[in-house]
Amino acid sequence: MNLSLLVLVPLITAIAVLFCRGLNGVRWVSLAGVTVQLLLSFGLLVLYWRERAAGGMGMLFESRHVWFKPLNIWYHVGVDGISVAMILLTAFVMVAAVLVSWSVQSWSKEFFVLLLFLSGGAYGFFLSLDLFTLFFFLEVSVIPKFLLIGIWGSGASNDGPSARTPRASKEYSAMKLALMLMGGSALVFVGLLGVYYSTGGAGGPHTFDWPAIAHMQLPVDVQRIFFPFLFVGFGIFTALFPFHTWVPDGHSAAPTAASMFLAGISMKLGGYGCLRVAVFLMPVAAREYSLVIIVLATIAIVYGAFATMMQKDLKYINAYSSISHCGFILLGIGMLTRTAVVGAVMQMISHGLMTALFFAAIGMIYDRAHTRLVERLGGLLKVMPFISTVFVIAGLCSLGLPGLSGFVAEITVFMGSWQRTGEAYRLATILACASIVITAVYILRATGQTIMGPVKDPYYNGLADATWNEKLAAVLLGIGIIAIGVAPFWLSDLLRF
Amino acid sequence: MEIFLSLRQELIVTGIIFLLLFMKVGVAEYKTEVILRLVNVLLFVNFILGFWSFPDSTLFNGMFHTNKLIVLEKNILNLGTLIVSLQAYSWLKDHRQATEFYILLLSTLTGFFFMISSGNLLMFYLGLELSTIPLTALSSFDLEKRQSSEAAMKFIISSAFSSALLLFGISLLYGATGTLGFDTIARHLDGSAFQLFAFILILSGFAFKISVVPFHLWTADVYEGSPVTVTAYLSVISKGAVFFIFVQALYTVFKPMAGNWYGILVLLSVLTMVTGNLFALRQRNLKRLLAFSSIAQSGFILAGITGSSHAGDASVIYFILVYIFSNLGAFGVVSFISTQTGRESIDDYKGLYTTNPLLSWIMAFSLFSLAGIPPTAGFFGKFFLLMAGAEKGNYVFITIAALNMVISLYYYLRVIKAIFMDSQPQPIGRLHVPLLPNIAFVVCLGGIIATGLIGWIYDYIYSLSIGF
Repeated sequence: MNLSLLVLVPLITAIAVLFCRGLNGVRWVSLAGVTVQLLLSFGLLVLYWRERAAGGMGMLFESRHVWFKPLNIWYHVGVDGISVAMILLTAFVMVAAVLVSWSVQSWSKEFFVLLLFLSGGAYGFFLSLDLFTLFFFLEVSVIPKFLLIGIWGSGASNDGPSARTPRASKEYSAMKLALMLMGGSALVFVGLLGVYYSTGGAGGPHTFDWPAIAHMQLPVDVQRIFFPFLFVGFGIFTALFPFHTWVPDGHSAAPTAASMFLAGISMKLGGYGCLRVAVFLMPVAAREYSLVIIVLATIAIVYGAFATMMQKDLKYINAYSSISHCGFILLGIGMLTRTAVVGAVMQMISHGLMTALFFAAIGMIYDRAHTRLVERLGGLLKVMPFISTVFVIAGLCSLGLPGLSGFVAEITVFMGSWQRTGEAYRLATILACASIVITAVYILRATGQTIMGPVKDPYYNGLADATWNEKLAAVLLGIGIIAIGVAPFWLSDLLRF
Repeated sequence: MEIFLSLRQELIVTGIIFLLLFMKVGVAEYKTEVILRLVNVLLFVNFILGFWSFPDSTLFNGMFHTNKLIVLEKNILNLGTLIVSLQAYSWLKDHRQATEFYILLLSTLTGFFFMISSGNLLMFYLGLELSTIPLTALSSFDLEKRQSSEAAMKFIISSAFSSALLLFGISLLYGATGTLGFDTIARHLDGSAFQLFAFILILSGFAFKISVVPFHLWTADVYEGSPVTVTAYLSVISKGAVFFIFVQALYTVFKPMAGNWYGILVLLSVLTMVTGNLFALRQRNLKRLLAFSSIAQSGFILAGITGSSHAGDASVIYFILVYIFSNLGAFGVVSFISTQTGRESIDDYKGLYTTNPLLSWIMAFSLFSLAGIPPTAGFFGKFFLLMAGAEKGNYVFITIAALNMVISLYYYLRVIKAIFMDSQPQPIGRLHVPLLPNIAFVVCLGGIIATGLIGWIYDYIYSLSIGF
């Protein structure tokens, strides 16, 4: 399979949307594009399985084209199980994101073009095997986010005067997100240059080629210097404590589709980068720094959970809980046992689906009730049963109910973490496990207040339930969550490395 | 015959100057628009002829030399001049002295050509002065504006000062080595304190021209006061030309002193980036903002020069090519809007997207390219510059540079925010872009998108570049 197709399809769709006339044309062309992409991703999964069953190992479907010859920079793509899983996740979230954006009226063409462009960056990132290509695609995704949040987002100005949670304006959030992510990529950039110049000896041809670097052992002192650059750089994307502050503002201000993409895919770019680049290429340094990573991850998990308890805005609740959940990803990566790392990747997938579903549900509620404050909502189950059910499913997945994907991923991370012996590691694992209780508290409380009980505002009685497109989006993501929750073996088999 | 072929680029430009001169003093009166169209066609022909390759040669006992790299550099300047000239259309068509504008503009271009081609400090100085003096006249070309004359005043004084420093350095170097030829100087350099002093004076002269901190103070005022077209020319062509000769001088003439200038350049680079960026943060006027951003960009270019390798030289030339597209794209929009409405502040741009979507996207792409965001060419330009700078293993320096890219993103995004996200009661009305500026915008946009993604442009520059 020609993997470049996966980058080209979103790009071509974006260009096609540019030439569309009318709102409906824009919507349907985008939907067609992301559907084709989803089918392609399924095709990739099937082909990958077949290839693997035939004994294929390592990176498959590789293709290389020289880009900047004198610098030995190549356009090099290829996939292993982890990339296939991430691509599939992206395709799922994108279809759902386009479906829930059906109601975007203002500047809809620009909206869909940016969204598609953003997804193209993510696909390219997951496919890249050349570190230059990877960095290129990582940075591609920063600016569309800025524009999506800044133009179509919702900030403090949209909310009523009685909003008690201090909220940032959308422009502020967009700027903060763009600058922090850019800071992350600046660190990644320095790290990549360090790696590049330490390959191939003093005068020899240096390389950005991932498989080549993975085969040669990078010198230990190089690893020690540049591992923090790469890990922290990518870590900023995945809300590494203390660089998580862009997450709540950015996610809450973003329009629904962008929130879904941000929390579902963008944060995973960081986790994937930490794993693929920092840990795989620098195993020695990863072992040395592992305790630091684990401490930071545990802080993020516990702090994120406690901070969520204090939130009154549904989007902020999900955003802060994302920090906590992404902590599990970093915890799994930091533990460095095979099970924990697989668990971390599963958590990326699971959190991607779950948080996208959650944001979709919140977006649907917000579109109708025009508020996201927990205290103002209530009794939604009576007026919009479908949306409320979706909300509950997402919530239960978030708190790790068996049968849903969250449970599978978290239990794998915990089991993997327990394999790492030593008091500090054990303590971190216990703390992380304990945080689930807090998760249960805030999820159940939010669910109880918004969904159950009497209808707070008579205005809510007139609200309609989900439309077909919203239902489709929710069902799609729900299928993913349940498929992983009920039968996790296919995923863990896919992620085996 | 060989003389004519070696000097062909200079001769064509001089030919255009004379043609304009005859048209001006001749009996027939030409409409301004006719002249503008004619000049642009001629400049286009000039650019196309620039691809005509011819063997390397040296003239006048080594005073003047040319090779493929120099021809390419001159042609990059030709391209930039063509874009500037196309963009100047909407400003010049109501200006009484359009012919004089072009005569002066092309004189500076000839000066730059001789400067880049020089193989001797005397020739270099002549070329530099040939370009500086018409530039001063150009910066006062908004004849009715006091600010413009003020800019010219500041420019001539600081230029004279920098020329004096340069001349002092050259004479000291002559005293130390007994020669003015580039290749013979290199043989006599040993890095003694006296020679180092001469070098520092020459470096200061250069630093003025490329607005490197602490010699940058003239930049913002001159950029703000001059007509926007001239500012664009100053910030791109003038700076690019001086950078071309600067790299040549460092890599060939001052090669024996590389150990001495490496540290100086790193320091200047950091100072320039940081100062340019920090001042740019607070600007409200777009011309001033772009002025400070261009100072910061100089810092990044210096980072590429410190690599002193083929990759270093190639990245500088490549970046200047990219910079021509991106900066002229941004200046083009500012210039167009400024001549049509007279509004230049960031606040005036609020809500621009609702009325002028195309201009807004051109501005956005240019600013993204300046900020180094992929897939625009600026990303590749910055990446290669810092990559060349990292070759020496000075990662503290590269980290500072990389973090500076984050700072610079802030002020570029502020403009984007004003254009796309803010609104105001009286946004700039819908503007009609005439054909010639439109061509310029298309060229800029095409360059911004294509230059990076097409790898062989860099490969070609690399194959010609110098380093050690």
